[in-house]
Amino acid sequence: MAWQEKPLGFFTDTSICIGCKACEVACKEWNELPGNAAKFTADSFDNTGQLDAQNWRHVQFIEQVPDNTGMVVTPTPIAGGQAWLMMSDVCKHCKNASCLEVCPTNALMRTEFDTVYIQNDVCNGCRNCISACPYGVIGFNEDKGIAQKCTLCYDRLQGGLQPACAKACPTESIKFGYVEDLHAVADQRLATLKAAGYQKAQLYGRDDKVYGGLNAFFLLMDKPEVYKLPNEANATLPSRNNLPGYVGGVATAVIGLVAGLLAFRNGRMNGNGANNTTTTNTR
Amino acid sequence: MPPAEHFAAAPEWQWWILGYFFFGGIAGGSYALGTLLRFAGDPRDEGAARIAFIASFLALIPCPVFLTLDLGQPLRFWHMLVDTSEGGVAFKPWSPMSLGSWALLLFGLFSFVSFLAAVADVGWFRAASPIARILRGGAGLVWSAVGTVFGLFICAYTGVLLAVSNQPVWSDGGWALGGMFLASALSGSAALLLLVARSRRDVDADTANRLEAADRYFVILEALLIAIFLVTVAVAGTIGKVLGVWIVLWLVVALGLLAPFAMARWDVARRWPPVAAPLLALLGVLALRAVVIFSAQS
Ligand code: SF4
Repeated sequence: MAWQEKPLGFFTDTSICIGCKACEVACKEWNELPGNAAKFTADSFDNTGQLDAQNWRHVQFIEQVPDNTGMVVTPTPIAGGQAWLMMSDVCKHCKNASCLEVCPTNALMRTEFDTVYIQNDVCNGCRNCISACPYGVIGFNEDKGIAQKCTLCYDRLQGGLQPACAKACPTESIKFGYVEDLHAVADQRLATLKAAGYQKAQLYGRDDKVYGGLNAFFLLMDKPEVYKLPNEANATLPSRNNLPGYVGGVATAVIGLVAGLLAFRNGRMNGNGANNTTTTNTR
Repeated sequence: MPPAEHFAAAPEWQWWILGYFFFGGIAGGSYALGTLLRFAGDPRDEGAARIAFIASFLALIPCPVFLTLDLGQPLRFWHMLVDTSEGGVAFKPWSPMSLGSWALLLFGLFSFVSFLAAVADVGWFRAASPIARILRGGAGLVWSAVGTVFGLFICAYTGVLLAVSNQPVWSDGGWALGGMFLASALSGSAALLLLVARSRRDVDADTANRLEAADRYFVILEALLIAIFLVTVAVAGTIGKVLGVWIVLWLVVALGLLAPFAMARWDVARRWPPVAAPLLALLGVLALRAVVIFSAQS
């Protein structure tokens, strides 16, 4: 079945993520990502570390259990699906994408499926997109010399397949489909969780409050910040600083030029050093 | 206002970018000072103005080299200007890196032509005398005025480039960064001209004194903008990133800011070698860029 040219995306339901990392493995398999050298992160079951050029899916493990002093780290009740959070993180394929905004070469483009894609043959490795992505999604591939991130398996979509991670997810925590259909699924799931008493459960990126809406959106069991996702107040586009930045520059330029001109003209008008052609190193 | 929260990864802009920010600032600032000296209208300033235009172009030469070397794919440097995806030119005015690439190209043209005229005037390259003749008088003033717009843009946009991101410190510094880099570029360029002036006989002594006076204005402006930058970052809650071990670099920045005043006021400083203050000021310019670039990514 070929996919229609309308927004496709992920709905990642963290409430049923079991942290198996099948998504990470499937992603690496399909996209031929060798991965980084294994390291001990001392961070729960996480040995991937972060999203980057080699990790286009990353399962976060967020432990909110009592620490060994007996103090409860998070407010009770710690049950309710909030004691040990897991989330398979990925590029959000933002509707208003910070990376797309700043890319100077147009290597970053929006596909016919409304996803955000890096063209490997256009990217020149300036890394401006890395500085812009608020989710720390994009990494620099040292071997290829370019920026890399999740493509939402663009090649598989063109073949009518679903992305490798969604296909591999055993609990269907990662759901793939047309974004409008996923919205309906997410709304229903949220209602079910709320009815069951999970009051902190919330959708992230379902509406347009975060970057105009995320094509890869999430059901979270706690605040976005807990999952290293900027909340609404912090979900800002880089371009917000364009106008103030240039206005500040122009104002400084004008003041600097006027000050410089005054300094250069004043001295002469005061008649200092007229006809003096010796250098100042004679002092 | 709640503190800003950042989850962005660092772009790993390191030494090449520091080098570019420094030399780009000196290139743009020197060009502006050369133009100002011409606009001040005293023929005795001509020697210093020529040095400014020569320094501007010489400082500009490493800039594209550094930028290219910083790329992951250096041979694709031209993708900054040509859209190999859609065809046509790659020009995105809302992307400071795109705008800066074009500005660098255009400023290169202005700086090169002014350089040719200046070296012809000092007798180093007489073949360029026709250019020097054209640039004498009104046409030259217009040329250098337009070149100054591009030059100052090069000084300031580097700050805007950092601000137009989602990085801690850079994006929190918002509107102050561009102006701060511009003011520091002007003060660094004045310091460089003073440094050269002190070793050349064709620079009028009074011109050098007035360069010192201008430098003090620029330093005041720079100090003000640094203060605004720090306050902005403090309000955003990310000031901790620019302090800590970075205090060492801030001390160098402070020394660079104080040097021109020390030379003018303190007897002990008057006994320094004449090049000490300009050298300290230039170090301060470098340190300011280093602390902003490196601390945010640490
Ligand atoms: S999550 Fe980051 S990389 Fe993905 S589209 Fe948004 S800004 Fe771009």
